[in-house]
Amino acid sequence: MTTPAATGRGPLHLAAAIDQPGAYDAAPYTESARLAEHGALDFVTLGDSFARQGLDALAVLARIAPATGRVGLVPTVTTTHTEPFHVQAAVATLDWVSHGRAGWAVEVSATEAEAKLFGRRRAAPREALWREAGEVAEVARRLWDSWEDDAEIRDVATGRFIDRDKLHYVDFEGRSFSVRGPSIVPRPPQGHPVVVVDATTGGHARETAVRHADVALVRAASPAQAGAARADLHRRAAELGRDPGQLRVLAALVVDLGGGEQAARPGHGGGPLPTAEGPLYRGGPVDLADLIAGWHAADAVDGFHLTPVEPRRDLERLVNGTVSLLQHRGLFRTFYPGATLREHLGLARPANRYAALAGDPT
Amino acid sequence: MTHRPRTKQIHLAAHFPGVNNTTVWADPRSRSQIDFSSFEHLARTAERGLFDFFFLAEGLRLREHKGRIHDLDVVGRPESLTVLSALAAVTDRLGLAATVNATFNEPYELARRLASLDHLSGGRAAWNVVTSSDAFTGENFRRGGFLDRADRYTRAAEFVATARELWDSWTPDGPDGPDGSVGEPRPFAHHGQHFDIAGEFGVPRPPQGHPVVIQAGDSPEGREFAASAADVVFTRHGTLEAGRAFYADVKGRLAAYGREPDDLKIMPGVTFVLGDTAAEAQERAIEIRRQQVSPQNAILALEQVWGVDLSAYDPDGPLPDIDPDPDSTLVQGRVKVGDPRAVAEQWRALSRAKGLSIHQTVIETTSRQSFIGTPAAVAEQFDEFVRTDAADGFILVPHLTPGGLDEFVERVVPLLQERGAFRTEYEGATLRSHLGLPEPVRKG
Repeated sequence: MTTPAATGRGPLHLAAAIDQPGAYDAAPYTESARLAEHGALDFVTLGDSFARQGLDALAVLARIAPATGRVGLVPTVTTTHTEPFHVQAAVATLDWVSHGRAGWAVEVSATEAEAKLFGRRRAAPREALWREAGEVAEVARRLWDSWEDDAEIRDVATGRFIDRDKLHYVDFEGRSFSVRGPSIVPRPPQGHPVVVVDATTGGHARETAVRHADVALVRAASPAQAGAARADLHRRAAELGRDPGQLRVLAALVVDLGGGEQAARPGHGGGPLPTAEGPLYRGGPVDLADLIAGWHAADAVDGFHLTPVEPRRDLERLVNGTVSLLQHRGLFRTFYPGATLREHLGLARPANRYAALAGDPT
Repeated sequence: MTHRPRTKQIHLAAHFPGVNNTTVWADPRSRSQIDFSSFEHLARTAERGLFDFFFLAEGLRLREHKGRIHDLDVVGRPESLTVLSALAAVTDRLGLAATVNATFNEPYELARRLASLDHLSGGRAAWNVVTSSDAFTGENFRRGGFLDRADRYTRAAEFVATARELWDSWTPDGPDGPDGSVGEPRPFAHHGQHFDIAGEFGVPRPPQGHPVVIQAGDSPEGREFAASAADVVFTRHGTLEAGRAFYADVKGRLAAYGREPDDLKIMPGVTFVLGDTAAEAQERAIEIRRQQVSPQNAILALEQVWGVDLSAYDPDGPLPDIDPDPDSTLVQGRVKVGDPRAVAEQWRALSRAKGLSIHQTVIETTSRQSFIGTPAAVAEQFDEFVRTDAADGFILVPHLTPGGLDEFVERVVPLLQERGAFRTEYEGATLRSHLGLPEPVRKG
């Protein structure tokens, strides 16, 4: 067994959460996404849970899609009480309406309160739910491949709209569900929208990231911790035959930039503080830029996912302070050379598993 | 202030061309059924025409014919609620209606998605409630095909009632209240035959109170369900007389639920062909019918009635002598032909009488457009249907994506406006206001 050699630092990737508690119309989300796009960030995320007060995250980002042009749009969509077929169709459609900018942050619903909103099944341990989430990600990726890219032929001579040999049943049998396929939605522009998994904890969440994620988030308080998680993810991905170069690992930090230009709170060396919500960076935008540059230079991570404590204030300081400084130092892009989220992340458009099979005479 | 005699107002909706042979995909003007630009074009056209709403159908499993995926018509579509959320960004007033199945969804999640669309569109969401019970579609879902046919409407009715409980569950401090607050969630609990759920709803009361509820289906159960719970009925189009009978029947059922006749709008789905002269419109109609029914599609239409493989038959030859198999499973994912033997006999009679081939017979029988004529004639007929209580308006089904509505909006809408039968501007902001529907009464 070989551990993949470090291939040297790749480009820095940056993403930001645009969650805004109490916002029930499109305007504040549009404003935040446009601000993130102004900073050329790879993508924005919007969290979701049936237990939270707030609008459906995927719907919000679909509403934002026509009002933005380049930034990636990554809603959380849960897998415990939802139908896998609907989930993949909605994510694929977000990719269509955004012209290839969709992602999907996979999450589970572990509480009894959420179970009671549906009344179909009891709450279950997170491990079991993440095992199921892995199956939902698997079936989603199969369904995204269930139409080959050139399945629509519009052949007037034979009267055929599609070549049905390029549509495929997925016949997935999971522990708790099965899906026949094909999808109702043709293969999305990115082939597969970008799958994002929080791989901080071990077990099946990390296993799902190893198997299915394009982007893994790691809530880490130090570059050593982040680097170890990244090495583990890359090693296990390689063991499964995946190219570890196609799995981006981002450190996830909560950021509080309320202190203006003040240095980070003394006593923790400028690094993030562990809190219940995850590692918290508290300080100024300049120091945050130093932290980002430092972790990235140490090749601990491919980039950062940053969640502002104060949504509007901190995102504004992040983009106009931290990001512009990183751009000034030549460490972060100043415009989007590509159009799709995969292009921003330097990830290949996946080959279609069924097309590959069809081309194989064996 | 001017006082014109107010004629009964027509309501108009635009149906995105669907996955059946009404939609002509072989025409050089036909564009993508999937790209957002097609949806945007049609929705903007409908809004330019001051339509009440834009309508999307639903697909949950690709149709099959003879055990293989049906390939002769448009196949595939994006997911409706996501498309409508995006369309909310490029339209301001147009209602946004999604067809969503009550069998393969759960009330909490769907009520939340619909409430989200209503908030994101400023009160323009509508839900066309449909039900399904077939195991074929169920193979794509956790639930499978678990629902008895008899339970379809009881589940749909309880589903809608439960959604309304969720929409009503926040405290009444609406965004227009003195402090501009959205209210606070209050616990809900619903214990019924189909759903047993409790907790707090995550979204404040939608801007419309409740999104507009549309019901499609002409059966007695469907009519009763519509009278009890729907704001709009999406029905089949027929003769003026049939329309009046249906209209009187459904409106007559409303009083039993304490509702006024105007509280439920009846809108048949219709197709149209325009021309500068009546003769030109007829010629175009025939040409469109030829495009809609390819020789391959004619054989397939026959197989849908007969339920057996007829691929050996010549589309240009006579109809089969053999009788249909009424219990066939040849066709999956479509509404079954009611009485195949009677339809087969009717088609054979027509073929004999007029000397028509299979292809010609299918063109004659299956796809005649609802309204064919000059813009003035079509406007007159629309007005007559509405004035004489055969309908409250129409859901237009264009045959071309995305330009199929352009000509109607440019040529017919101004004539309806001249007649005083159609709005010249949007008066309100919400879909409920376009349809003249009352604010739903909050319960609880």
